[in-house]
Amino acid sequence: MPTTDLYATLGVPRDASTDDIRKAYRNLAKQHHPDLNPGNKVAEERFKAVAAAYDILGDPDKRGRYDRGEIDAAGAEARPEGASYRSYAEGAPGARYRQSGGAGPEMSEADLGDLFEDLFAGAREQRANAPRRGRDLSYTLTIDFLDAVTGATKRLALPDGRGLDVRIPAGIEDGQTMRLKGQGSPGRNGGPAGDALIEIHITPHRFFRREGRDVHVELPVTVSEAVLGAKIMVPTPTGPVTMTVPPRSDAGAKLRLRGRGVAAHGGQAAGDEFVTLKVVVGDVDDALESFLRGWSAGHSFDPRRSMMEDS
Amino acid sequence: MITIEMLVQRVSGLNRDDLRRWIDNAWIRPDGSPGHYRFHDIDVARLRLIVELRDDLGVDESAMPVVLSLLDQLYETRRHMIRLRRVIETAVPEDVRGRLLDDLGDGARKPQS
Repeated sequence: MPTTDLYATLGVPRDASTDDIRKAYRNLAKQHHPDLNPGNKVAEERFKAVAAAYDILGDPDKRGRYDRGEIDAAGAEARPEGASYRSYAEGAPGARYRQSGGAGPEMSEADLGDLFEDLFAGAREQRANAPRRGRDLSYTLTIDFLDAVTGATKRLALPDGRGLDVRIPAGIEDGQTMRLKGQGSPGRNGGPAGDALIEIHITPHRFFRREGRDVHVELPVTVSEAVLGAKIMVPTPTGPVTMTVPPRSDAGAKLRLRGRGVAAHGGQAAGDEFVTLKVVVGDVDDALESFLRGWSAGHSFDPRRSMMEDS
Repeated sequence: MITIEMLVQRVSGLNRDDLRRWIDNAWIRPDGSPGHYRFHDIDVARLRLIVELRDDLGVDESAMPVVLSLLDQLYETRRHMIRLRRVIETAVPEDVRGRLLDDLGDGARKPQS
């Protein structure tokens, strides 16, 4: 056993009076008594140490011998230990002293008392043939990007051969779980069926991207459409629409098609589609090449300038 | 089963008058009737505890009922917990048990749509 300073254990100076020692012990014992702290191992260890220390220091004779080094910190037997009250109180005999039942021969621990009365109401008598809710069953369903944006009805093939029509609401997010009430395992003894839990996976689209309720697309345009402006057809989740590219648009310009994003759902307004222009040069003929040679001579625009500046 | 005579010998610091009063107060609830009390092990342990509370911890007899009542409530709750735990360990299907443990671990789980 490692040498311990019993005075430190009780937190008193070496010249403390017997009275101070008793007070210190009482304070610590009140805090750490195992019957007052059931299940707390730290408190239990602490209490044992405190009790052992008080066993020696609380007795002037033993304390003298300890101070003179005649006995060490473990010199006295630990206090006589009958089985603790806790070891009985937490088991079946504890029912003798329960609060809610009063004294009587009928006390039984099988009865969880009013704590769980509501939860188990009626269940005790008819547990065997009580109605039981069926289990929830989990599935995954993979849907197209556009179905998630516009909403759709999809058929989910169940393992038992049945098909389940799943109405996908517009705006559903990847990884979201839908709960179909009553589509899980059937209940027992007239209990309700469980639910089907369907985790939705969304496959990405070739050129649409989603950000919340909005849809983004990068739209290739020709040099002349960008410079001169044009009316062009733009794909949206619900089909192509006409859009006007204003004259002298640059690459990277962002145009908005109001209400062409995720369809309105559940009180949320429809999102927008954002079109980012991407200028594509395409095939170059001699005419364009010679025009640009003549044209660029007088222009010194450097689109990379900002990248070269220190900042 | 233990008689009063054995008891007074076994529990140091106990005298008959205290014991009689504590039985009258229902702090200790032995079987039998006055003159023919029979004590269970738990009664002995509880007696020791009461003596300890009084002599070592300075709980006087006017405060004792409050302390005992709180202790009895604490242990009743712990018996419920232990029983509930046993049921969860033995009688609950594994998937439900897993879900219970998940919920207990997560604190509050987000409701599903």
